[in-house]
Amino acid sequence: MRGIISSAAYIPYWRIERSAIGAFHGGGGKGTRSVASYDEDSTTLAVEAARLALASAPAAPLSTLWFATSSPTYLEKTNATVIHAALQLDDAVAAFDAGGAVRSGVGALRAALRSSDQALVTSADLRTGLANSPDERDGGDAGAAFLVGDATDDAPVIAAYLGGASVTHEFLDRWRTPGDARTRQWEERFGENNYVELGQRAIKEALADAGVEAQGVQHLLFASASSRAANQLTKKTGATAAAAALDLAATVGHAGAAHAGLSLAAAIEVAVPGDVIVLVGLTDGADVLVFRATDAIASWSPTRSIADQIAAGNAALPYAKFLSWRGVLPLNPPNRPEPARASASAAGRSIDWKFGFVASRDRESGAVHMPPARVSFVGGRVDEMEPLPMADATGTVVTFTVDRMAYSPSPPVIFAVVDFEGGGRLPIEVCDVTVDDIAVGMRVEMTFRRLNSADGIANYFWKARPIRGGNQ
Amino acid sequence: MSSHGIKDRVAIIGMGCTQFKEHWDKGADDLLIDAAEATFASAGIGKDVVDAYWFGTAQSAMSGIPLAAALKLDNKPVSRVENFCATGSEALRQACYAVASGAYDTAMAIGVEKVKDSGYQGLNAFPIPNDGTSRTLTAAAMFSLVLPAYAEKYGVDPDELRRTVARIASKNHHNGARNPRAQFRREMDVDAICAMPSVAGWLSVMDCAGVADGSAAAIVCRAEDAHRYTDKPLYVKALSFVAGNGSGLLDPSYDYTTFRECKAAADDAYAQAGITDPRSELAMAEVHDCFTPTELVLMEDLGFSKRGEAHLDVNAGMFDLGGELPVNPDGGLKSFGHPVGASGLRMMFEAWLQLRGEAPEDRRIATADRGLALTHNLGGYPGEMVSFVGIVGNRLG
Repeated sequence: MRGIISSAAYIPYWRIERSAIGAFHGGGGKGTRSVASYDEDSTTLAVEAARLALASAPAAPLSTLWFATSSPTYLEKTNATVIHAALQLDDAVAAFDAGGAVRSGVGALRAALRSSDQALVTSADLRTGLANSPDERDGGDAGAAFLVGDATDDAPVIAAYLGGASVTHEFLDRWRTPGDARTRQWEERFGENNYVELGQRAIKEALADAGVEAQGVQHLLFASASSRAANQLTKKTGATAAAAALDLAATVGHAGAAHAGLSLAAAIEVAVPGDVIVLVGLTDGADVLVFRATDAIASWSPTRSIADQIAAGNAALPYAKFLSWRGVLPLNPPNRPEPARASASAAGRSIDWKFGFVASRDRESGAVHMPPARVSFVGGRVDEMEPLPMADATGTVVTFTVDRMAYSPSPPVIFAVVDFEGGGRLPIEVCDVTVDDIAVGMRVEMTFRRLNSADGIANYFWKARPIRGGNQ
Repeated sequence: MSSHGIKDRVAIIGMGCTQFKEHWDKGADDLLIDAAEATFASAGIGKDVVDAYWFGTAQSAMSGIPLAAALKLDNKPVSRVENFCATGSEALRQACYAVASGAYDTAMAIGVEKVKDSGYQGLNAFPIPNDGTSRTLTAAAMFSLVLPAYAEKYGVDPDELRRTVARIASKNHHNGARNPRAQFRREMDVDAICAMPSVAGWLSVMDCAGVADGSAAAIVCRAEDAHRYTDKPLYVKALSFVAGNGSGLLDPSYDYTTFRECKAAADDAYAQAGITDPRSELAMAEVHDCFTPTELVLMEDLGFSKRGEAHLDVNAGMFDLGGELPVNPDGGLKSFGHPVGASGLRMMFEAWLQLRGEAPEDRRIATADRGLALTHNLGGYPGEMVSFVGIVGNRLG
């Protein structure tokens, strides 16, 4: 049996009320959309989603890592290698971007399902657009991750892949020039017409391929920028699927290349054994994947459910801050030197620390060194250290400060001295927190972030963030 | 530890110090020339008589050449010295050791910093290529970690502690107002200081040292030769230095209420000088008041106050100009700003004036007859710093 062994989605902490966007432009708005913080990008969203997916799966060897996004941090350079390093994957695991097109999100998942690889499929996107655009209002930022492979006794499949179908058709619906913030769109009706026709065909063929009747579908999911096409197809398919437990459109928004993954992960989190899940991607064609929840899903639970992450969000983000985070409204920076670019060779030497947050521990004294060191500060032994992965460690704020002068893409910098359970101390920046929230004694966990960028180099490292609801 | 010191083997025979301010009209070379000329005049000798030079600057120059070129030295050895914010003290320490070794008869230590050419406020370090994971906090933020930790440990009300450190700033401005070389010469009361907006943690801009350009210098010789140059030499009693290994950042037992490097440097210096009760034996101290909590903690690390009691001593006026042990009688970094390469020598310049009875009457200390002065200079942050402690005296023995 082949299918999904584990799944997760990562919803960033921040939300913006659509009414706050509407109020600025003289309109209304319902619900919220998710907003990646200023220190998150598509790569870090995918890392967070992948960490959650791996945490709820038995350890199993991987052979391939896929990363799909329409908002890559790098072109030319592979972004998936950053995810690979952050997850501390073996160097024999191949890592590939499926980048550029929104369709690559469902495409990477399809490729993994139809291969014989044990694969980690990640997708993430930031949806911005210009101010007052539909993408700004209806988009959302999120990441998703799936561990795909053949079932084993140790690693059962929770959603078996039954089959699918794709129809490809070249037509101009939505397009964006590299580097441009704005996605343009042909007349909406043109795309809608195409998608209804293509979707009908692909769904019919997929159900036949999977050997499933339309009436037997419990979860019919659409990943489409055209909600009208999705609505029409729902009616035409004749599926009697129950309403989704989570209204992602009203809380997160449409997450671009990650939306197929986000929708599928949300369905898996509520599915019971026997449920049939049909995922329909409608971009530049139609891609349908059909799954059945297995008995194993009953004993599987997400590391941090999407519902909990939605509930834990903070919708107090001001619209101006959202605009500045996305570069739509550049703010005057503090009059301090901007950070220098990170050195590629220095970063290469400290790859386990910088990307994987791996410390070192003195084998004799147990003293934890962050960053890792060769000489122990307790006893002075040389090269008697063992690596100590700290990415999943939790800690407590011992003391903190708020720096209103330091350079930051979003001042002020909130900074704390953190003592980790099991040993180790690190003075480090705290994110997803406000000046009013931070407190001595606050419990924190680690998160992979982009500290800054210089010379086009994204400077990735880890920050602490408060442990919030829905944690295990 | 075999830190033997060079007590009474080296003497300071001349010193000079420029005004510290925003010298928009002067470069580092101008400031060096001004400080050096004043120092040559003070010692009554010329540049050719000085055998070797130690040139302290953190980032206004590289190599010994900028000093040699500015002063047009002829075939003199010049060592450029850098050790964070203790650079000026480090230059003096090296010059003293060179003379004590017998390698040279006379040596000059000179420090300068031209801070105001960067285009940014504050001090900004040169970026050394790195992996991008190091902290990018301001020094103010790092030192702001001290106050909450101190309040918690000793059960001091945060608002009271805020006022206590504001009193330190107020005291230093009181002294600086009486010093024509100081950058800021206006007195500030505690209420005004507390009313300023926060820049980092509990610290307002008035808790931070200013930013200024400046230069200061000293000429040293063997102690037995000192009276050839001056009737009132200062004898070097102790020079200590500790470069922290950063373990305070790693060590969960470090609580941000002490600077271990400063305590270690002070212990070493007192042993070298034979001082057992610094509070009663010292006439004065110039300490590194880069931020007001720094001076608070230093009162304990330098042994002037018992642990947890510096805030009481500060409030009791112990370290005021007319107090039991005057601290920063010249106004400190608070009034002078902090041209990194020069500050350590600027501190020594105040010891030079006070112990020789040459300080202006309105800031002259009443304790000068004790004959010993301490200068303390640090660089870095709580948990990871360098610290210098020097002790000089106006008589042998």
